[in-house]
Amino acid sequence: MAEFFATPVGQLLWITLAILAIVTPVLLGVAYLTYAERKVIGAVHRRKGPNVVGPFGLLQPIADGVKLFLKETVVPTGSSRVAFILAPMITFILSLIAWAVIPFDEGLVLADINVGVLYLFAVSSLGVYGILMAGWASNSRYAFLGGLRSAAQMVSYEVSMGFVIITVLLLVGSLNLSDVVMAQKGDWGLFNWHFLPLFPMFVIFFVSTVAETNRHPFDLPEAEAELVSGFNVEYSAMTFAMFFLGEYANMILMAAMTSVLFLGGWLPPFDVAPFTWLPGPIWLALKICFVLFFFLWIRATFPRYRYDQLMRLGWKIFLPASLAAVVIVAGVLVAFDMVPQAS
Amino acid sequence: MGWIDKTARTLLWTELVKGMSVTLRYMFKQPVTLNYPYEKGYLSPRFRGEHALRRYPNGEERCIACKLCEAICPAQAITIEAAPRDDDSRRTTRYDIDMTKCIYCGFCEEACPVDAIVEGPNFEYATETREELFYDKAKLLANGDRWETEIAARLRDDAPYR
Repeated sequence: MAEFFATPVGQLLWITLAILAIVTPVLLGVAYLTYAERKVIGAVHRRKGPNVVGPFGLLQPIADGVKLFLKETVVPTGSSRVAFILAPMITFILSLIAWAVIPFDEGLVLADINVGVLYLFAVSSLGVYGILMAGWASNSRYAFLGGLRSAAQMVSYEVSMGFVIITVLLLVGSLNLSDVVMAQKGDWGLFNWHFLPLFPMFVIFFVSTVAETNRHPFDLPEAEAELVSGFNVEYSAMTFAMFFLGEYANMILMAAMTSVLFLGGWLPPFDVAPFTWLPGPIWLALKICFVLFFFLWIRATFPRYRYDQLMRLGWKIFLPASLAAVVIVAGVLVAFDMVPQAS
Repeated sequence: MGWIDKTARTLLWTELVKGMSVTLRYMFKQPVTLNYPYEKGYLSPRFRGEHALRRYPNGEERCIACKLCEAICPAQAITIEAAPRDDDSRRTTRYDIDMTKCIYCGFCEEACPVDAIVEGPNFEYATETREELFYDKAKLLANGDRWETEIAARLRDDAPYR
């Protein structure tokens, strides 16, 4: 068996299996994230949320999926067909390929590349293309405005996200995501994680991820009230489902990124017996769920931002703050001679 | 000092945190949902739902074809034709209500001198076709027979206030 996986065909098979092992849980997570979202928002509204399909409504996401699958895909006459069909695919695929570099445990990562952070950042930046293409190809003014807003918004928040990531990298001294997690390992358990020394950066990063994934209260590309539903207004059935899956997979990805950069990835909160019994991937999943809960909680709490407020927050507050933080963190590291040495 | 207070509030996100604590508290409260098809809310005795034509306890239909309901109906949803019956009593030969026109004002019920036409407590009579909502006399009498117990109880409960 071992020899077979060493051959080129075997390696291809092995990688396919590894990809399936990552993508399947992610897609299941996406399905149940929609369920969790409806349940959490329902609870905040003192409603019950879905509770009819299956026990506690647990089969609701599957019913929704089947429904979307069976519907007709409508391609508007005025649209550019190729771009119209391609856009949801791009959104969906980009939200999945980023998982290649997320480390689930020590050595348990699909592509252990030394520019993991850069790759993740690049892929999440590409996500804007799907939405922009959808907005353009739909040939509808609502979709177009949604696409424009999305482009401006994602570009704005990526800048401050980049600077926040740089502060983390200054502490770690490596772009490899496994190294980022290992740098947070220490005697004090969760007090060693980056969210504590970099707390303001952690908050800025989290808010930026909310904006980056077009979630409430920054969901201006969708903005039901003004743009009907923004860039995906012309989409139906599976093409719509792809956008939906892409958006939620992006949320999970961003939560994973937050967990890896700030919340110690697969590390247990305390390095003592009952906590170390759970394997690393479970800890990572728990942290992702914790961050995702914040996404839902925020959605249930805040009203949508106005567009100029969104831009003001991105460019006038987060950008200077994160820029200053890079200088401060670098300055402190140099002044106290704590710059991490390349190993 | 006002600006220090204001800046501190902005920087520390006090308002945002307050809002989030409110939603978190509400998350653990009991849902107020009514499990609709299985649980139903309270209906006032004056609730105006689906129409019904009532009968006297001896089985004789109450309607005497005075056409007051037809006259008062603001939506002109009621159509009545009348003729003397074999025993020379005046009765309707046709009593139609177009439920798609009806505005559920309850005037027909108020106008009726013999409490024949009433609006009952039933509000779950959605149909798949429009034609099913053109009620005729047979349908209205059948409604009356089916809902008589409840209609009588509602009329009794409401009587002191009239």
